[in-house]
Amino acid sequence: MARRSRIKTLKIDGRDVGAHEDQTILQLARENNITIPTLCHIEGLSVPGACRLCLVEVKGWRKLVPACATYADEGMEVFTDSERLRSYRRMILELLFSEGNHVCAVCVSNGHCELQSLAQHLGMDHVRYPNLQPVRLVDMTHSRFTLDRNRCILCLRCVRVCDEIEGAHTWDVKGRGVDARVISDLDTPWGESPTCTTCGKCVNVCPVGALVEKGRAVGEMVKRQEFLPYLSSMREVKR
Amino acid sequence: MTKQIVIDPITRIEGHSKITIQLDDNGRVEDARFHVTQYRGFERFCEGRPFYEMPSLMGRICGICTISHELASAKACDEIMAVQIPETADMLRRIVNLASVIQSHALSFFYLSSPDFLLGLESDPATRNIFGLAQKHPEIARDGVRLRRFGQEIIEWMAGKRVHPNWIVPGGVGSPLEPEVRDRILETIPEAYAIVQHSLDWFKRSLENYADEIRTFGNFPTLFMGLVSPTGGLELYDGSVRVVDERGSMLVPGFAPDSYQEYIGEAVEPWTFMKFPYYKPVGYPDGIYRVGPLARLNIIDACGTPQADQEWAEFRQLDRGMNFSSFYFHYARLIECLFAIERLEQHLNDPRILDKRVRAYAGPNSGEGIGITEAPRGTLIHHYRADSQGRITWSNLVVATTHNNLAMNRGVKQVAHRYVEGDRLTEGMLNRVEAVIRTFDPCLSCSTHAQDRLALHVELVSPDGEMLDQIWRD
Repeated sequence: MARRSRIKTLKIDGRDVGAHEDQTILQLARENNITIPTLCHIEGLSVPGACRLCLVEVKGWRKLVPACATYADEGMEVFTDSERLRSYRRMILELLFSEGNHVCAVCVSNGHCELQSLAQHLGMDHVRYPNLQPVRLVDMTHSRFTLDRNRCILCLRCVRVCDEIEGAHTWDVKGRGVDARVISDLDTPWGESPTCTTCGKCVNVCPVGALVEKGRAVGEMVKRQEFLPYLSSMREVKR
Repeated sequence: MTKQIVIDPITRIEGHSKITIQLDDNGRVEDARFHVTQYRGFERFCEGRPFYEMPSLMGRICGICTISHELASAKACDEIMAVQIPETADMLRRIVNLASVIQSHALSFFYLSSPDFLLGLESDPATRNIFGLAQKHPEIARDGVRLRRFGQEIIEWMAGKRVHPNWIVPGGVGSPLEPEVRDRILETIPEAYAIVQHSLDWFKRSLENYADEIRTFGNFPTLFMGLVSPTGGLELYDGSVRVVDERGSMLVPGFAPDSYQEYIGEAVEPWTFMKFPYYKPVGYPDGIYRVGPLARLNIIDACGTPQADQEWAEFRQLDRGMNFSSFYFHYARLIECLFAIERLEQHLNDPRILDKRVRAYAGPNSGEGIGITEAPRGTLIHHYRADSQGRITWSNLVVATTHNNLAMNRGVKQVAHRYVEGDRLTEGMLNRVEAVIRTFDPCLSCSTHAQDRLALHVELVSPDGEMLDQIWRD
């Protein structure tokens, strides 16, 4: 597809880069092999800007901005890595870990988990906040999949992929704050869902061990996300 | 005036505990207790979790006998799935179990206990450990390291890692055995044989030096319990549970694991976190029984492998029948290592071992599962209930060390009677009290399913609660 947009020139981490005007800072950074951590973002789905891990500094701007939801602009000077950003990112991870049950050692996604590898990558070795340990039910009513809300970080990838790609919109969110949780349909057990097509897309985009295939033992759940860019580009072509 | 002696913490065992010795008005030992001071709560926090996480979750109870917990747990989960696992999976599980028994026995015998009887119970505690042993008897220390490595490497090669592997799963095992791995294990077997044979030789020759310890270290009649194979042979993975009385006659030739609650009761005392299982038909506390290597060799009709059978026959001649002294636990461990090497060699030479069918898949077809295996330290029971979705709703674990609780307490009392005099604690007495506990190779992390410092604290206390003396060791 030929783009007919204008080119913007800006700096990321001191490097001169050129961007299309519909490109976000995150896309541009990745194009230039600059790593910005993300959790809720996944290529091919809409951008909620929810997890705040991709916050970056822009020279002259007082606020930090999410790289996934901020467009590159002429003359910008972006910084993706600083002690301040690293400490905020670690703090975000610690807050995620302190809520729910994220005991990697006994998780089916151990070794294949985006939250776990980010914690390793960002050097999160302790959690300074007390664990809230909310009581959250595991839903094992589905014949093929399990939803473990204790492992859920509310990135909402499942909600988006089900709505935007599969078109079923089985998933949604109920409640606020620590009570917020992913529900299927009108909070009915997943196994009784009249809308779920059992396609498994939600399971494969889930970055953690919250949505998993049944019968997988600890460390055996490997997510396959290769399908997503293909499916979403097919949709773009149709449009 | 009566007094109490407290030993806290106890060293060179797995976990945290203390001993209190109560003296009467004449300064003689009235009572002695073995307290487990740690608490963990695995039975509770598995509630609500999917059953297929259980083997790895429960494996975390212990870093030494992970495999035993994973196996008992996986067997309980096999029952929840209501499947019969592929025969190759059964054999592969047996091999890692045997390897686990070897590494654990090597740890207990060489690292933890042999400094006592090779360097002497009166020797300096600062060097009475594996390092002191390595200086004085480098050959024996090296044997210990190598034998433990033999077991650990088999676990690593087959299951992926030495501690807390995730290879044992409900329905079987995670992956089939590769021919190269089989060949590599077979290559290491001759050295393991040589170590065990050599160790048996010197240990048997030196038995006469320990006449006093043999007589006073937990030497009393009890019942014995453990798994046996369908032919009454030594069995460490799957079988029926046999209970034998102090005269060697069978109380139960073999009950099915599912009926364990008919035979085993669990009593609770306020002064320790460890429960007191007892043989129900006899009642508490008279239904005292022992499990573990000594018990297993006391209940079987034969080991079932040629070399171990020879050693076993000799072992049974020691006291012309049942062996009661807990000191013989050490001896029994060596014989079991020999059996384990022979058995795993047999399994590895079976052509079926390389079959690719090693896992059954199924949902939660049954609401309840009970898995019993023989851990290195004795009979291990995992019992779960699950709801229709497969979420664990209740669990009960009866762990090897727990079975021995009554016997360990009685053993401590026996040694205290023999060696404690007056209201002061002597090093020799402390050592012997610890050593008697060590014969059982207790694993307190397992038994309380720990959260404080390792090792032994002995308190000497008067009847009015006044602490007269105490020794800390860590």
